[in-house]
Amino acid sequence: METLMDKCCDKCQHSPTTPCRDYVRCRKNGPICHQDENCSRLRQELLARVYMKPEAGMKYILICSGTGCISSGSPSLVKAFEEELAKNNLQGQVAIRITGCHGFCEQGPIVIIEPEKVFYRRVARDDAAEIVSMHLVQGQLVERLLYVDPVTGQAAKTYEDIPFYAHQQRLVLQKCGHTCPEDIQDYIAHDGYLALTKALFEMTPQQVVDEVKTSGLRGRGGAGFPTGVKWQGALNAKADKKYVICNADEGDPGAFMDRSVLEGDPHAVLEGMIICGYATGSDEGYIYVRAEYPLAIHRLKIAIAQAEQYGLLGENILNSGFNFRIKIKAGAGAFVCGEGTALMQSIEGNRGMPRYKVGRSTEKGLWDKPTTLNNVETFANVPLIIRHGGSWFASIGTEKSTGTKIFSITGKVNNTGLVEVPMGVTMRQIIFDVGGGIRDGRAFKALQIGGPSGGCLREEHLDIPVEYDSLIPLGAMMGSGGLVIMDDTTCMVDVARFFLNFTQAESCGKCTPCREGTKRMLEILNRICEGHGVPEDIEVLEKLSKVIINTSLCGLGQSAPNPVLTTLRYFRDEYEAHIYHKRCPASVCQALLVYTINQEKCTGCGACARACPAGAITGEKKQPHTIDLEKCIKCGSCLTRCKFDAVVKQ
Amino acid sequence: MANVTLTINGQQVTVPAGSTILQAAEKLNIFIPTLCYEPILTRPASCRICVVEVKGSKNLVPACAALARDGMVVETDTPEVIEARRTIIDLLLANHPMDCLTCGRNGDCRLQDYAFMYGVRESSFSGEKHNYPLEDDNPFYIRDMNKCILCGKCVRVCAEIQGNSVIDFTYRGFNTKIAAFMDVPMSQSECVFCGNCVAYCPTGALQEKYLRSHARTWEVQKVTTVCPYCGTGCTLDLNVKNGKVVGVTSTDGEVNGKALCVKGRFGFGFIHHPDRLQQPLIKKDGRLVESTWDEAIQLIATRLGEVKAQYGADAIGFLTSARCTNEENYLLSKLARAVIGTNNIDHCARL
Amino acid sequence: MSCQCGHQDEAAKREALEKVFAHYRGTKGALIPLLQEAQEIYGYLPGEVMRRIAAELKIPYSKVFGVATFYAQFHLKPRGRNVIRVCQGTACHVRGGAAIYKQVRESLALPAGEDTTADLRFTLETVACIGACGLAPVLSVNDDTYGRLVPEQINDILKNYA
Ligand SMILES: Cc1cc2nc3c(=O)[nH]c(=O)nc-3n(C[C@H](O)[C@H](O)[C@H](O)COP(=O)(O)O)c2cc1C
Ligand code: SF4
Ligand code: SF4
Ligand code: FES
Repeated sequence: METLMDKCCDKCQHSPTTPCRDYVRCRKNGPICHQDENCSRLRQELLARVYMKPEAGMKYILICSGTGCISSGSPSLVKAFEEELAKNNLQGQVAIRITGCHGFCEQGPIVIIEPEKVFYRRVARDDAAEIVSMHLVQGQLVERLLYVDPVTGQAAKTYEDIPFYAHQQRLVLQKCGHTCPEDIQDYIAHDGYLALTKALFEMTPQQVVDEVKTSGLRGRGGAGFPTGVKWQGALNAKADKKYVICNADEGDPGAFMDRSVLEGDPHAVLEGMIICGYATGSDEGYIYVRAEYPLAIHRLKIAIAQAEQYGLLGENILNSGFNFRIKIKAGAGAFVCGEGTALMQSIEGNRGMPRYKVGRSTEKGLWDKPTTLNNVETFANVPLIIRHGGSWFASIGTEKSTGTKIFSITGKVNNTGLVEVPMGVTMRQIIFDVGGGIRDGRAFKALQIGGPSGGCLREEHLDIPVEYDSLIPLGAMMGSGGLVIMDDTTCMVDVARFFLNFTQAESCGKCTPCREGTKRMLEILNRICEGHGVPEDIEVLEKLSKVIINTSLCGLGQSAPNPVLTTLRYFRDEYEAHIYHKRCPASVCQALLVYTINQEKCTGCGACARACPAGAITGEKKQPHTIDLEKCIKCGSCLTRCKFDAVVKQ
Repeated sequence: MANVTLTINGQQVTVPAGSTILQAAEKLNIFIPTLCYEPILTRPASCRICVVEVKGSKNLVPACAALARDGMVVETDTPEVIEARRTIIDLLLANHPMDCLTCGRNGDCRLQDYAFMYGVRESSFSGEKHNYPLEDDNPFYIRDMNKCILCGKCVRVCAEIQGNSVIDFTYRGFNTKIAAFMDVPMSQSECVFCGNCVAYCPTGALQEKYLRSHARTWEVQKVTTVCPYCGTGCTLDLNVKNGKVVGVTSTDGEVNGKALCVKGRFGFGFIHHPDRLQQPLIKKDGRLVESTWDEAIQLIATRLGEVKAQYGADAIGFLTSARCTNEENYLLSKLARAVIGTNNIDHCARL
Repeated sequence: MSCQCGHQDEAAKREALEKVFAHYRGTKGALIPLLQEAQEIYGYLPGEVMRRIAAELKIPYSKVFGVATFYAQFHLKPRGRNVIRVCQGTACHVRGGAAIYKQVRESLALPAGEDTTADLRFTLETVACIGACGLAPVLSVNDDTYGRLVPEQINDILKNYA
């Protein structure tokens, strides 16, 4: 037995062609079909090693290999550690494993030493030697690589001590960062595919659907449609063929929870999809992954191949008579393809233009067959629900929004990254407990939730519980869980413009209001930011927003104006300052800035004048200089060049 | 099939299940504007001009595609609906050349009609407009993509009626454009110039080249007739100005709907062509000389009689033209078989 | 030394494309994967290749073109090995960015309407502002930035890139 997946002895008959229904249970608690002390002991020893338990008598170096840590250099660490282990003759006692993303990418590359749970951050190639000699040989912590809490200034020895993690409830992300996503035995050891086994042998499709209904699970892709209800529709549909689709197009700027789950725990998504196939009577699934996620595609391919190799995907899964296959479809760069009908168009090989639907996709979807489309995170929740029961799941979160939600929190907070918390926690808890508060001690000003379809909220909304329905009346939505935190140096008009710029560029162009309307809105916002706004602009924006929301064909257009409407609602004074006073209160909009030279501080060194591309700065040598506001093009070159802080930007 | 009963603007109407709100409204003679909708084509529901209010629905609903359901309560001209339609027209005009004065489709343009109907005198937005070159390098129709409202009818006509799929939506978002493969002018594409797209285009984006530059829409008299080119018998409208045919447009023909081919739609030039023969010519001394019908027919009868007398009836054959009507073909058949006495008669379109 | 005429290369690409065709034959919804693989092989999507894909799938040419222009991933023109970006921001504009742009075009002998040289050595683009206003006018080649430019310098800069 090399891995947990292997047979303990020749008595085990399992193979994809001669499947055994007890295969999954047997890998953890086997042997089941025969009694053999030796087989059982070997299996438990192997398990201890996969679990990285102290009893295994081994140490483990876990190197994060999520996209974030890879780009900050983790691949070179694997080699460095291998070399160091060899130098110290530790190969037999210390194992290296790669893991998925910890969701704390800004601290990357992250290295964890198990079983003692020590968390090292920003580990460079050269640090490998020290970690091996100090920590693994001498048993001492490498203090300088520990995480220091920016709020308390305390170093955290283990990942459990880090407030960023301590305030989370990681269910979907539980294994991400702690198991190897390229090895199915890690998944099996952590109860993987037990839910599938349970569904196949102890539940009817209707019972599976009922369990999902009981759980109250709602779609994590944005709209929050009840998953059980959707599955019921597909189960009820009569057809010779049905499809399951996993939406992994994740296009919201800044959101990367789906990528992390796919890269860190791909089998959880596969298992959720297979269970969905069983529950709805489908034998074929597609995962639509955006082209920009090559690592996720790579890991999914490995996971699918391994699941097929061990008979967990394919024909007659675990001898249940149920068949299911999963194919990967790579997107080709179009945000709108995250929208359900556009996604199906794209899989069919068409332009990703949404379609007006007369019925539901669960009746007529991909190739006009009943289709169940769910988000990555939605599917990843399913094995948990089947294993622990719908009522257990429903006990987490709030009454109407059950379970947890992963947010990707970015912007001006101390800790940025992926955060999984129960539904119903407040923004304040997310930003201040998990996120560690606002960076550089500045004041919180606003938050943007829900990506380009979401909205901007302010201080007074911080104590509102975050769930599907609570945000709608405020003009925002949970969306896929993007969360951008802003302080007083952020211009809200500019933020609205940023999101609109995104949706405008991603409009498919099919329907008039979105194609032409977002363009005009963007032009107006650009004008306002450039100081050419006119008083009517606010009213025009509001009226146009309303029509675009009201008449667009798909969710993209129907939600595109939200960032504009919410900023108009909660930060109207900033628009007014831009329009009436030609001022940007946050000093962000370049065209509205005024550069002057503080005559007291200026030494007349002339550095600014030499830097100015417009020749706007004049002054005698050693005498205070001045800026000709007529000529100034507001590029800021003088500001960066002045050594005496004499240039003032307003 | 089952029926559904719904209420539109307070009036009850019963239609077969599967009907759209638009069809139900038509039954009540309630007008709803449409741009991308065409009864015989698939429905993209993309222009959004047809939106109506449906009780219980969060957003406005496209009447051209949304199905009528039992108990549905629909309002077709609430202030919200009117505001939406005006805004959509306003947005279309914002990206449309305002040269209606000289546009060949002036007076025959849906955009113009709706702008008038909803009182949108000019666009309230100023901003980027498309600036595509005018495409007039083929003899049949001009394409001005600046006037295109992307209703997509031409794409669907080409695919669903003509079966050619020469054009499609290309690029995306604000830059979306109807184009042929590689975005070349139609003259370099696979286009067969049937002009069926032109017949369906609601705006001046596609215009019959000759017709629209020689007559204003209100100057022509439409004379419905049958196309003289082949035996299919398509119905078409000759557009007559000052007693001269200046163009052909589609009408709703029994056999062809609005479809025509390049000859029927654009091949009307022969009618008033100066080279057109109006008198029979007889070759005398090696030269063709104008003569009278009497003389010509006399000559043909005499010579046919001579040939028949000398070589027998089967020495003579008749070939008729696809441009003849059934009646004419019948008569020629009579002439061949009954008068001359030969079965040597055929027709160029028999194939 | 292998022949430089490019024909051999072309034959190899053709063969690779045929293999891709064979692999996807009978697969539903193969258009996008075929375009992706073809772009892998050719570096972009030549019209001729799109025609072949249309013929292989028995779908209209216009549809292939419509799909290829919809998705951001697809390039319809070959891209140069080196990408030159000439800044056209305000600062560069007042400092003569346009003259720099003109000089680059001349140095590369780019015909009107083209932005990539025939030998695929360079692609020329403009950018809004690369945030180096103090150095205006600027251009960048790949990851290198050049500032305070005068047109006379352009030829020397371009020499550094093969
Ligand atoms: C413009 C647009 C983009 C979307 N992008 C995504 C996406 O990237 N991922 C996703 O799961 N859902 C996305 N959605 C939502 C999907 O349409 C769909 O509701 C969802 O995938 C259903 O799965 P769920 O019920 O599990 O959330 C998008 C919707 C719109 C309108
Ligand atoms: S709302 Fe926008 S993205 Fe959606 S169909 Fe209309 S144009 Fe396309
Ligand atoms: S050319 Fe005419 S028919 Fe075609 S999309 Fe444009 S407006 Fe519609
Ligand atoms: S006519 Fe209904 S959407 Fe165009």
